[in-house]
This record gives sequence, C-alpha cells and structure tokens, in this order.
Amino acid sequence: MKSEQQLPVLLQGNEAIVLGALAAGCRFFAGYPITPASEISELLSLRLPEAGGRFIQMEDEIASMGAIIGASLAGVKSMTATSGPGFSLIQENLGYACVAEVPCVIVNVMRGGPSTGLPTSPSQGDVQMARWGTHGDHPIIVLATSSVLDCFSITIKAFNLSEKYRVPVIILSDEVVAHTRESVTLPGPEEIRVIDRIAPSVPPEWYKPYAANNRGVPDMAAMGSGYRHHVTGLIHDEKGFPTQNPQEVDLFQRRLHDKISKGFNEIQVSKSIMMEDAEVCVIAYGSVARSAMRAVKEARAKGIKAGLLQLITLFPFPRQIVDSALRQCRVAVVPEMNMGQICREVARVNRSETRIVKHNRIDGQLITPEEILKYLVSV
Amino acid sequence: MREEAEIIRQEYLRHDKKFPHVWCPGCGNGIVMGALLRATHNLKLSKDEIVLASGIGCSGRMPTYIDFNTVHTTHGRSLTFATGIKLANPELSVISVMGDGDATAIGGNHFIHAARRNINITAIIINNSTYGMTGGQYSPTTPYGSKSTTSVYGHVEHAFSIAELAVTAGASFVGRGTVYHASHLDKLIGQAITKRGFSVVEVISNCHVQHGRRNKLGGAVEMMQSFKNNAVTVGKAEKMTTEEMEDKFTIGILADIDKPISTEEYRRINRQAERDADKVVKAKVKNGVKRYEE
Amino acid sequence: MKNDQRYEIRFSGSGGQGIITAAVVMADAVAREAGKHVCQTQSYGPEARGGKSKAEVVVSDSPIDYPKALSIDLLLAMTQVACDAYFFDIRPEGLLVVDSDLVDQVPTSRAVTIPFTRIARELTGKELVANMVALGAVGLLSGQVSMTGLEAALMKRVPKGTEEMNRQALQAGIVEAKKIDLSLLPRSVISDWADD
Repeated sequence: MKSEQQLPVLLQGNEAIVLGALAAGCRFFAGYPITPASEISELLSLRLPEAGGRFIQMEDEIASMGAIIGASLAGVKSMTATSGPGFSLIQENLGYACVAEVPCVIVNVMRGGPSTGLPTSPSQGDVQMARWGTHGDHPIIVLATSSVLDCFSITIKAFNLSEKYRVPVIILSDEVVAHTRESVTLPGPEEIRVIDRIAPSVPPEWYKPYAANNRGVPDMAAMGSGYRHHVTGLIHDEKGFPTQNPQEVDLFQRRLHDKISKGFNEIQVSKSIMMEDAEVCVIAYGSVARSAMRAVKEARAKGIKAGLLQLITLFPFPRQIVDSALRQCRVAVVPEMNMGQICREVARVNRSETRIVKHNRIDGQLITPEEILKYLVSV
Repeated sequence: MREEAEIIRQEYLRHDKKFPHVWCPGCGNGIVMGALLRATHNLKLSKDEIVLASGIGCSGRMPTYIDFNTVHTTHGRSLTFATGIKLANPELSVISVMGDGDATAIGGNHFIHAARRNINITAIIINNSTYGMTGGQYSPTTPYGSKSTTSVYGHVEHAFSIAELAVTAGASFVGRGTVYHASHLDKLIGQAITKRGFSVVEVISNCHVQHGRRNKLGGAVEMMQSFKNNAVTVGKAEKMTTEEMEDKFTIGILADIDKPISTEEYRRINRQAERDADKVVKAKVKNGVKRYEE
Repeated sequence: MKNDQRYEIRFSGSGGQGIITAAVVMADAVAREAGKHVCQTQSYGPEARGGKSKAEVVVSDSPIDYPKALSIDLLLAMTQVACDAYFFDIRPEGLLVVDSDLVDQVPTSRAVTIPFTRIARELTGKELVANMVALGAVGLLSGQVSMTGLEAALMKRVPKGTEEMNRQALQAGIVEAKKIDLSLLPRSVISDWADD
C-alpha cells in the first residue's frame, strides 16, 4: 500500500474511485458491466478480496443496488458503480435506501443519453435525475468529481457523509474524469479521516431502530449483532414497523429532510478560485470545471476580473455559497454538458440583479476553455 | 404439539407489536409461517442468527410478524438484498420468503441467477397462483383458462412451474409442498435451511378470496382438499403415466445435489487474494486497465 | 489561448497500432519526473477501433486544468489519415513526427520522418512494437522525460517475456531520434511570420 499512497502515480479517475472507496472502508461492491464505469468493477474484483471484502457481479443494476443495501444492513460499507442506463435501473432500490436510511455510495459515470445514448462520450445529463430520479419526496446527497485526485477524496467524503447521515450518496463522474490518467500523490492513511456509522449503545431490548438522536439520525445496528429489528420500505414508526398514522408519518418524513438540512454546512462543499475580487464568475462542476479554470486564468491574463465557483456538492444545492457569488458578480456563466440542469438551480436562488448566462454543449464533447472565455470577454 | 405452538407463539412472534395480521381468514400464509418457525425452532437456530427477507405482496408481510432480523424489501428484489446480507456476513442464516408473482415475474431474473450462483440462501415461494394483495390479477403461475381480474375472458397464457424452473436453473435443493401437508412442509423447510447452497421450497397455497372465488374452487377448505387430492409424492409420480398425472403435481424433494457454494468460494478467494496480494496487486494497479490501451 | 508552461503531445495512428499504450507509457514516465504534472486522455470507443486512434499527453510544471490538448507541441502520426486529420492542430513552433513508410505526403518541412514500423520489423521481426520505436523518438524529441525513466515506465507495463523486444524497440527509436538535429529544421511549421 505504501508505494501507491506516497509516491506520485499515474491513475485513471475510475481507479482513484476504487482506491478512495477502499481507503474509506468500503468492503462490499456489487455491480453490472457498463461503459464507462466498468473499470471500477474490474479493479474492485481484484482489490476487495485482498482487503477481506467481497465483490459480486449481479444480474443487473437493480440487483446490484439491492445487494449493496443488504450488505450495508449487515454492517459493511458498500458501493455500486454504473452509468446512465444502469442509473435508471437502480432508482427503485435507491428510494428504498433513502426511506430505510441505509448508508451506501452510488457512482454514476455519466455518458450521453437519453437511453443507450453515447456510451463512450461525456455528459452531465443525469444531474437532476440524481436528485429526483427515485419517486417520492426525499433528500439525497450528490457530489461531482472533476479530477483524478477528486475521485479519491470525494469518494471518501461520500462514504463519510453516507455513514454519518444514513443517506445514500451519489457521486457523479463523467467519461472524461473516468478515463483521464493523471499523476497524483495520494494522501497517506494517517491523513485520511474515516467516519463510521454509530452503533446503538443501549441494550437490545431498549433499541428503537428509527428513533432519532440529536442530529436526527438513528443509531444503526448491524443484522446479526443481537439487535433484532425490522427494516421496511414502508413508512415506519420509531420501532421500524409500518405506520399510516398521519402524525407518525409526518414526523418521519420531516426527519428525513431535517437531518440533511442540519448538516448543510458540512455537506455543501465548493471551491472558490480567484473569486476575491471577481466581477464575472463561472459556476461549473465536473470535468467542465477544468475548462472553466483555464478560461478564468486566460481571462485574468487579459485583465478581466474573472473567478470560478466550482461546485462539488450539487445537492442539497449550495444556495448560500451560490447566492454570495451572485451578489458579488455582475454576470455568472454556467457552462454545462446538458441543457442547463444546474443553471436552473442557480437561477432559482438568484436574488440579485446578476445576469445568468448559460452555455450548453450536448454533442458528447467536453466544453473547451475558449467557449467559456468568449463569454468572459464579451460580458 | 399444543405446547410447541405455545412456545412458538411466545418465543417468535412479535405478538405484542404487530398483530392482528393482514392475512384473510383461511389464508395459507399463516401455515407457511408456522412451518418456518417450527423448522427453525427444531433446528435450534437462534433468532439473532436468522435474517428473514421478503418482497412485496401478502407474503411480504411475513417478516413483520416474526422476531428475527427482518427485511421487507422491494417487489421482487428480496433475493438481491439477501445476497448482499449473506455475502457481507456468511454466519447468518438467510431466508427469503416470496410470492409467485414476486419471485417469478418481477423477480424472475434474480430468482434464476440466485439459483445459478448457488449462494447459501433458502428461498420459500408461496405459490397461490395470483397477485392477492393487489386484487387478484393473473401471475406467472395462473393456470391457462383461469379467470382473474386481468384475465376476465379466461387466461390465454401458460403457467410455469416454479420448482422445475429452480431445478433447471441449478439450485442445490428444490422441494415442493402444500399448505395442506403442514408437517411435511415443516420437514421440507428444515431440510432446505440445513442444505448448504441455494435451496428452494415451493409451497402450493390457496388464495380462495381472489383466485378460488373467481374460478369456483371453493373456500379455503375445498382448496386445501384439492391439494390433498392432487398432490403426488415424487416416488409415486415416477410410477404413474402422463395421463394419470394430468391435473396432479408432485410434492417432495425434486433436487438435492452437491456443488461448490458461492459463499464458500468467495471465502476461498479472500484467502487466496490475501496471500497473493502483493504480487498481483502491484502488477495490476500499475498496469492500469489494459482494455483501452490496445 | 495557451500557456507556455504546457507541453502537449498527441499520439495518432489507427486502432491496433498501440497508440494509446505509447501515450500511457509516456505519461507514466512523466509522472515519475520530479515536479512535473501530467494528464493523459484518449479517444475511446468505436473511433479507436480500426479507424483513427489518438491519445494525448499534457505535461506541465503546475497542476493541469483543461486535460486535453489545446495546441500541440509534438504530433506523432503513424498513418497518413491521422497526419491529415491532426496536422493543423500543431502550434507554429510545434513538431511533426511521422512514420516515413506510412505517411507519404508530409505536409510540412518542419517534420521528422523515421520508418518506425520498418525498424520494428527488421529489428525484432514484429511490427507490433513500432509504437515503442516511435515512443523512443517522441520521448527524446519532446525533452520531457529522461530516457532511463522512459525505459523504466515501459518495463513496468509490458507483458512478461516481451521486455527485451520492447526495450530494443524503444532504444532503436531513441538512437534514430538522436541523429536528428532540430535546429536544422525550419523554425515554424506554418510560416515564419505566423501569429502565436
């Protein structure tokens, strides 16, 4: 492990996700082959057994999602990885993980859609789907990666948030991030903070599996640990049993939302680059943030006071962070490899006179720095 | 017998929490639940080491009533959750109870692959030939010609046989019983749980409220009577002609084979991987992913 | 549009010529150079099978933002099709390196022509390692890696039993490239007064 973690190594984004997952304590993975996410399965099939974990290739993505929920219920940190078509299939059980509050991490390496779409081209078309893909009204955490090093650290962050808040966390990568190889120096184990779920401290007969602690998150007992309890996709009371009592239903539904709201400060992560005196800014995420970074540097070289707000947490949408960037700048450019899925969020939270300009590319090609620079120069 | 029933009621049911149950009077599900509890009780399995998973439907409610580690999953996906649980903690005894639509329509793909994969899980499939909870629509085991709320002119498709499907898909143990033959069912479920590998018990059951009523099969008693009349043991069936077997079905053990169990194979892989860790990993990680390089 | 601290190489040819492997080995070698950042991307999918194949390596002293090439410092073209397709992406001071047997029409006098495939065949009996002959030349001409580092990166990635053949191929490419005096080439690939 040492040689991998302290010397610079050449890694693909997908490989860095694997190393991040292992560092975060992931010991179970279930997946189904799909481009451009398959390398994650391939490498984990090699690495998990060596770490004492289990890898399994299931019959489809529905099954993969079910299996990781099962493993997580048995007390093991779990992950699956897929791309658009498989992401559609996991939605059913993703909802189950939300309602039963089962920690797990789902990687979606975005490719062009809809349907089979563009299997080998990058896209950011699944952003709103990640937020709203499964039915019902529920909070969820969505993080976006833009570089190989990101893939490592954001995967660890995803596991930590998932365990701490008992909520599925979705990592949105894309074909560019997934397959780009970069030289990275990964942090050593001593630099990595890993968070584990909290097991009940009361005796089993007192255990209420869905009674909230002060953060709104119930303590979680592993199946087979002596804390026998019931887990269901039905709306349930504190004891975990189905209920239709309006008061209990309301209490439960609101707690799901509140536990995330209470953690906004910790959950909502972004990077502000050259924003101190920026008059125009680019709000970007994923691989497009890299093009934006280049464009902002070029604009600065031309004397334009440009800045970059790179969103890492896409949902819960970082309203406060975006709001303060919008108050500061005359114009915000939102480049995306979709028709404006985050731009609509930006517009939604805009309470100032700031002009919001969207730039959309949906031809399966990464947005170039020139395309963004054009806006920065003209506005 | 009385005494055993009392022990089971006291010991295993969440009777102070979740009763009365949702099942109709005369429903076969209660008999299957009783058989399952008697089987695990006789095997002296502790409640803590058993996980009971279910899908959606009338059968899906069974875990709610039993004081094991219980998971009421999504429709058809019970076996996928069970697979994750078993692989994550192979010490647990994992049982999945499903209905016919649950296991062989929406969950059909998971069912055949669980059998093929041969992970040490026991699947109990309660086959009442209909979707009872949603109001009596036709299922993959509804007989040709039968009436249901979605085959009002008579069913034009053909049913398949769950147990034979499991045999073909490679399950290590396959048994079929009925809710009439209750003590036989206790034994069958016990054998299935004891069997190392993927085991299946198909239980022919009655939904007199939906399937029975629409097809003039009588109430619970009449339907059970027909199970008694039409069930033929595997041994007896071998000596009967096809004509004699018309409208009858076999009960007993349809398959009992020994083959490597995935759960143990995965453990073997762990040991091997830990041994080879250094050399394999270093070579592979540094080689990256070969496929895209040529 | 380009910051001068970036050095960009594009490897191009047709699927099956080992274009991506060459780029990955190059990137791996750069990754181990102290203080250098590297980013390697490739065209991937049907385009990479049989048709045009390309892979890029971006080298920089600072962290790399945009991962793909902006204007190319060195283009390796292993087929005429690739040469025609990508030649105009070269920056004016950039360098074109071609397989002289496979690229008949070289579009500029600022080009290095070496018969990589022929060298591979004559030296090892296998055209398969033409990519490594080319890698040796590209590695040397780019000035971005040490030759020992390049060989070490190669040795780590080749299949067991083929190390010697690959090493020979790489070294042959380095030897050929050493014969080239870049200062004798015309200054600009486009024209002397080209805009930067």
